[in-house]
Amino acid sequence: MSAAKDKPAEDAKKEHFDPLNNPNRDRPWVFRTYAGHSSAKASNELFRSNLAKGQTGLSVAFDLPTQTGYDSDHPLSYGEVGKVGVPISHIEDMAVLFDQIPLDQMNTSMTINATAAWLLALYTALAERQGVDKAKLSGTIQNDIIKEYLSRGTYIFPPRPSMKLIVDTVTYTVKEIPKWNPTNVCSYHLQEAGATPTQELAYALCTGMAVLDAVKESGQIPEKDFPQVVGRISFFVNAGIRFVEEMCKMRAFTEMWDEICRDRYGIDNAKLRRFRYGVQVNSLCLTEPQPENNIQRIVLEMLAVVLSKNARARAVQLPAWNEALGLPRPWDQQWSLRIQQVMAYETDLLEYADIFDGSRVIEKKVAELIEGAKAEIAKVQDFGGAIPAVENGYMKKELVKSHTERWRGIEMDERVVVGITHFTESAPSPLASTADGGILKVDPKAAHDQIESLQAFRAKRNDADVKAALQGLKDAAKNGDNIMPSSIRAAHAGVTTGEWADALREIFGEYRPPTGIDITTMVRGKVNEIEELRHRVKATSDELGEPIRFLVGKPGLDGHSNGAEQVAVKAREVGMEVIYEGIRLTPDQIVTAAQEEGVHLVGLSILSGSHMEMVDAVITGQKNLHLEGVPLVVGGIIPESDAGELKGKGVKEIYTPKDYNMNQIMATLIDVIRQSHGLSAFGAL
Amino acid sequence: MNLADVDVADLAAKIAAGDRQAVAAGLRLIDNRKMRDAAARLLAALPKDRLERSGHLIGITGSPGAGKSTLCSKLIQAWRKQGKRVGVLAVDPSSHRSGGALLGDRIRMLQTHKDDDLFIRSLANRNQLGGLSRESWPMSQVMLAAFDVVLVETVGVGQSEIDVASLTDTTCFIVQPAAGDSIQFIKAGVLEIPHLLVVNKADLGDVARRAAQDLRHALPLQSFDEDWTPPIVLASAVTSQGIDEVVAKFAAHRAHLDDAGRLQQVRRGHQASWALRQLKDEFGTHGMEFLGGEEKLRNAWTREVGTSALDQYQGMRRRLLEAFGAAES
Repeated sequence: MSAAKDKPAEDAKKEHFDPLNNPNRDRPWVFRTYAGHSSAKASNELFRSNLAKGQTGLSVAFDLPTQTGYDSDHPLSYGEVGKVGVPISHIEDMAVLFDQIPLDQMNTSMTINATAAWLLALYTALAERQGVDKAKLSGTIQNDIIKEYLSRGTYIFPPRPSMKLIVDTVTYTVKEIPKWNPTNVCSYHLQEAGATPTQELAYALCTGMAVLDAVKESGQIPEKDFPQVVGRISFFVNAGIRFVEEMCKMRAFTEMWDEICRDRYGIDNAKLRRFRYGVQVNSLCLTEPQPENNIQRIVLEMLAVVLSKNARARAVQLPAWNEALGLPRPWDQQWSLRIQQVMAYETDLLEYADIFDGSRVIEKKVAELIEGAKAEIAKVQDFGGAIPAVENGYMKKELVKSHTERWRGIEMDERVVVGITHFTESAPSPLASTADGGILKVDPKAAHDQIESLQAFRAKRNDADVKAALQGLKDAAKNGDNIMPSSIRAAHAGVTTGEWADALREIFGEYRPPTGIDITTMVRGKVNEIEELRHRVKATSDELGEPIRFLVGKPGLDGHSNGAEQVAVKAREVGMEVIYEGIRLTPDQIVTAAQEEGVHLVGLSILSGSHMEMVDAVITGQKNLHLEGVPLVVGGIIPESDAGELKGKGVKEIYTPKDYNMNQIMATLIDVIRQSHGLSAFGAL
Repeated sequence: MNLADVDVADLAAKIAAGDRQAVAAGLRLIDNRKMRDAAARLLAALPKDRLERSGHLIGITGSPGAGKSTLCSKLIQAWRKQGKRVGVLAVDPSSHRSGGALLGDRIRMLQTHKDDDLFIRSLANRNQLGGLSRESWPMSQVMLAAFDVVLVETVGVGQSEIDVASLTDTTCFIVQPAAGDSIQFIKAGVLEIPHLLVVNKADLGDVARRAAQDLRHALPLQSFDEDWTPPIVLASAVTSQGIDEVVAKFAAHRAHLDDAGRLQQVRRGHQASWALRQLKDEFGTHGMEFLGGEEKLRNAWTREVGTSALDQYQGMRRRLLEAFGAAES
């Protein structure tokens, strides 16, 4: 019978058919998970287990000392080693991190900025050492320093030398590592800092133009090769919960970048004008109460970047459901990976052309976003582009303004956040009630081991080689030569991350951008509550006989300053004198400022997970300066078990992402001050 | 710190010895409206020779964006290298109608190393619209008792400009090249002529040199102090060009003040102004008449050796309280 006869042939065909590589469907985006913690060895194990689960690319998270150019044993690294990512101090760390992972077959994305040229040098040097052809390396370094000044805060050098480092990595990779994405212009962190979709479009595109203009100006690339440079610029975008508008934003990005490449840079090849982007969907909207709801938020946010084929992401990484609680465990990350796999392989999404082509509603929204973004771009270009608009504080100020507006919206009950503003009743969640509290606890010994291995590495290096390599690096920086070749030589010689950054600090200097919080705000929140808070501040001030002074401090290397900035702006609005000095302060500096400024209250904002170490150091510092009487409050991503311990140490109040009502926060701050002076509390609003 | 139990004499001695904790307590005392009496006693207890004859009280202003903080930071480093102890009073003249303020001094931010011989206090203007709050002068005196150089730094916006000149020994104006505004102000006579003009951002080259030239032309031939011609220095906080020269010019002006007892005259004038303002605020013109008139008091306090506004203020305040209190009952 024919059916029986055909069967073996069909089986054979079936054997060749791989449903994960179905030729009749579009190829899915690259699946990534942002990962890395504790040590190179622990992170390598995590990477390999993620790849075994079907992840198709790596996304490396580095710890803050690595991101800001300090070795693990530097005083500023205290409490931060291995916390938000993996510590990489030298080529041996890099070798351990990629142990048994073939560099020529892997697509590696590194979230690294101020020290991007260095981490790329370490990666390249490792490939050279293994005999892997550099031309076969593929991946991405984030390397967008403009947004570091505006939001993320891991800058080191002033804007102009920072731009020079970007130009150097771009021109080097275009020639030597052509499959590498040398800069991933980020709108992601702009959204976190409060950007509206229009601002996100405008500021990211202005940054893209600033990079291309700078490469052009550098003269490092012959004119005929310039289109290749344009084709290597990629973007890193945020997708929030308003997924229809967000999808329109992606379409607007695609249209606008195409137009910029064509009109401003004269690129004829449409492929090189393509808006290539990766995404991490918004984790700021993830809630601490009823954390299981975060799963549907993550899915919906992903729709914004995969639904429309014409503006689909090249790579997607999803946060885990429990990011508002603490560090995700391997299982939590697996869940997020599975979301991507279900979307790509089970649904019919990848079988269609663009499903929104010709939609009048979508087209209208896209046109509206483009119009607004163009107007904003014109403003930035009037200042001379993205760099001057960072230096004069314009973009930062605009972002702080938008962010303040967004908070107002929440305060005015204009927004619904399920589980927070509405529908707050919940049965106990079995997810978060496991023995580990539903989060990963980093081995406290990891930092110690890292420091020991670093010191052992330093001891066995050839000092003369290191010295010569550092001199070569400094000479290159001084002479304006491309920094990459000397950095790769330094990587081979055993130079460390801190040494590389220090050498360049010596030549380029260090930078502190404007904090942007000196904006004028209009009272548009709940006027009654604000009047009541002002009354309370004034009454307290009258009783004490002096103005209420509040120090807002950001200790450590964590640069996520948006929360601290909003608290500072609000506290001023209700009548306090607020002292805020920006990010990256040592506990010593904070305590010294508390003494010099004669404050009534110290508030610390810590999002890197180093709250235990930082609070201990601040409390010790206060004792040394006889400031025990000044109450201390802490805000950040602080697991409940830690919160109890911190209160035991004497911290008066702890604020976590679930405390979104800024007015109530202010009410408790006022009461903390009152009680520390023996006055009775006013109570909640 | 419990302000009510403060032993003023002990605190003054500790401040004079440079004790940071005592300086902080002293500043706090002055900032407390309920402690007026103790604050006045503290000022009177600070060593007279320090307040009248030693140290250097410098005012620095400039328009926003002139690069003041970075330049101040470089100057501080230079003084610290000479071994001088530095106090900074950073006054932010912008006010918020709630009475709140956002302070956060960029100078502190730029000092990366822990330094016990540098003390920075920021101060809001506290409803003295556009000008400096009234705590500025007494706070500067507490710092003067403890540090070798005291820097009062503020954005130059009209009134704050004039206020700074009225409480320091030497005033310095920082000009941003191509801004033009300060030059216009000087021409129009809005600005009191500072003792030193610094054109910042000299690294910009020609623009900066042109700004210096314009300033030279704009300055009247004679300043209010006929023996001192205000120098104009080109400097750059980025390259450190001119920083040593600015420091040297400050020292030169300080030496100039030492001649013929000018320093003491200036300082006693500031003491008198403070005491008169305090009395006038509390007791009005009627009170001043009761004490024999403002003019008479000022003359005595600035000219007569052996009288001191800081010493006598307290007694006069008590006399007035008694007299007016009796009148009321």
